[in-house]
Amino acid sequence: MAKEKFNIIQSTCIPIQIDNCNTDLIIPARYLASTTRDPKFFGDAFMHDLRYDADGKPVADFVMNQPAFSEAPRQGVHEIIVGGQNWGSGSSREHAAWAIAGYGVRVVISSSFADIHRNNLLNCFVLPVIVSPEFQQELFASIAADPQMQVKVDVPNQTVTNLATGNSEHFDINSYKKYCLMNAYDDIDFLLSNKDKIETFEGTHPLNPSL
Amino acid sequence: MNNQQQTTTNGVSTPLPQREGKGGGSACLFDKIWNAHVVQNVEDGPTQLYIDRLYAHEVTSPQAFDTLRDKGVKVFRPDHVVAMPDHNTPSDQQERIDDPVGRKQVETLKANCEEFGIKHFTMGTKDNGIIHVVGPEKALSLPGMTIVCGDSHTSTHGAVGAIAMGIGTSEVAQVLASQCILQSKPKTMRINIEGTLPKGTTAKDVALYIMAQMTTSGATGYAVEYAGSTIRNMSMEGRLTLSNLSIEMGSRAGLIAPDETTFAYLKGREYAPKGAEWDKAVEEWRKLKSDDDAVFDKEVTYRAEDIAPRITYGTNPGAGIAIDECIPTLEQIPETDRGQFLSMLDYMQFKPGQKLEGTPVDYVFLGACTNGRIEDFRAFASVVKGKKKADNVVAWLVPGSWLVRQQIIDEGIDKILADAGFELRLPSCSACLAMNPDKVPAGKLAISTSNRNFVGRQGPGARTILASPLTVAASAITGVVTDPRKM
Repeated sequence: MAKEKFNIIQSTCIPIQIDNCNTDLIIPARYLASTTRDPKFFGDAFMHDLRYDADGKPVADFVMNQPAFSEAPRQGVHEIIVGGQNWGSGSSREHAAWAIAGYGVRVVISSSFADIHRNNLLNCFVLPVIVSPEFQQELFASIAADPQMQVKVDVPNQTVTNLATGNSEHFDINSYKKYCLMNAYDDIDFLLSNKDKIETFEGTHPLNPSL
Repeated sequence: MNNQQQTTTNGVSTPLPQREGKGGGSACLFDKIWNAHVVQNVEDGPTQLYIDRLYAHEVTSPQAFDTLRDKGVKVFRPDHVVAMPDHNTPSDQQERIDDPVGRKQVETLKANCEEFGIKHFTMGTKDNGIIHVVGPEKALSLPGMTIVCGDSHTSTHGAVGAIAMGIGTSEVAQVLASQCILQSKPKTMRINIEGTLPKGTTAKDVALYIMAQMTTSGATGYAVEYAGSTIRNMSMEGRLTLSNLSIEMGSRAGLIAPDETTFAYLKGREYAPKGAEWDKAVEEWRKLKSDDDAVFDKEVTYRAEDIAPRITYGTNPGAGIAIDECIPTLEQIPETDRGQFLSMLDYMQFKPGQKLEGTPVDYVFLGACTNGRIEDFRAFASVVKGKKKADNVVAWLVPGSWLVRQQIIDEGIDKILADAGFELRLPSCSACLAMNPDKVPAGKLAISTSNRNFVGRQGPGARTILASPLTVAASAITGVVTDPRKM
């Protein structure tokens, strides 16, 4: 998985206005039986059962198939998803984050995220941005009025701006994760770099019965 | 990390009362276990938390092992890790997996475990089963532990008095490489259930009731502790069901303080401490409870007497009603939610205000990490004993592990089931999630003891009603959605 450093992203959006959009919807279970992490495989499976009917034909009225939103993400285009509340609930499958990243999306904006999926997005270098329900609804309205409208996500300043209205909100991200995103730095690298602390801890921790 | 502040899921920083763990002051169960596992708090960042037990299954682990190979590192503490396939396992035979993709996943898990020196319970052997059934029943999950697995229903193991959380594959790789994860500390919530559960009502109904009250995101950002007299009187199997469903209201963890019920359940099991070690462990485990003056970020109380057998009508587990109630009318739903309400009912082929009792069902499923334990099979058998399965119903009765299956046979429950026209299948996740041959066909209606009624969860186009083993058993006999109190 390519890790692209975060700074300022300005892009048109794909509105997926589904509340409680669970990870089974983001990627159905039959696409989980993979042993690799091919971005194209998972990107093609993103929202699969809403995008395609049982015969594999695109469902014309689903947002990702509408002409205004069907273009694959590239710089400045469809790099941002605006999702419904409680985005990514249900199964812990990181495949859902791989599907979003594999499709080419770099930011998901919602009023709330399920906890596990939110961590998975961050670990896949997709930024979850939490905004107020009012800001989220205004984004949906702005996109409906003009699908070409853009949103600016400024990671260094932690702001998200609806460029159609000029309204802006601050979003939270802890300094550690912000550093990771801006420097393409992984949690696993951090953990591997402080093995001494782990071993010191183990010296004081009553280890449970070994297998 | 600042102990006085906690970032919530809606992005608002909320000041919290000081919560302390070891070293004095009052603490809740979650804090006590969490604090005992902190390796370090990263400045304005997450906590590096030590993990006592990692479980791995075939679906969410292959890419984690790849990460280790890419980075050229070994598994840091292989004796803390246990792996077994369960999602792709067929329930009709376990000689082979016909689907080449699923077969490769199961074979890959075994090969990875051999390469990295990890204990692996092979498909079709007596040790195998669904991780969340096997872990507690072998006492691989013990009070006071931190437990993770690349599976959201890891919350199950919290019922023994542990912090048990579902994680993603990147985090599985982190634990394999370092026995640690980086996590922000969740807020704490205590859910008290008080009183005696009415006849025909089970732990599953309690969980479905709480979800309907709190919604499927009501506990997002929190770790939940279940308490109260109803929980104290609940069996270990019931507690495991309740903790299992914590994730369905958004909580990653669902803890229950260990007590005599817990100790009696664990004692003598395969990996439980033995002899003097056992006595010493129990002495420590008795300290694992929230202090009397512990402060929770949120606390709610429900009365057991308000809970009846429950069913779901929609496509999230919170969209549920008591079995003798009607689906809400459109007027009862807030205006902003009506579009999604109607779209759920459209998928389910139900109407606002409809009564579901008496609706014909096509499939019944007893099993999954939610209700695949011995008590669930006893409950099912108590309803179907001396009766006959309805002809219109296809029934999948799938034990959660080979140990459960053996106990079903030892107790003669298999004969009661066979006499009533039911076949006992082989341990598997089975019809819970459509990753093995047990798929509900498009348009068919299943009443199921599993945990999710999502669109397509049991198969593309499949429709799911979630219910308890008693309700599923009653419906299997009549062929329609049936209140178990009327059997």
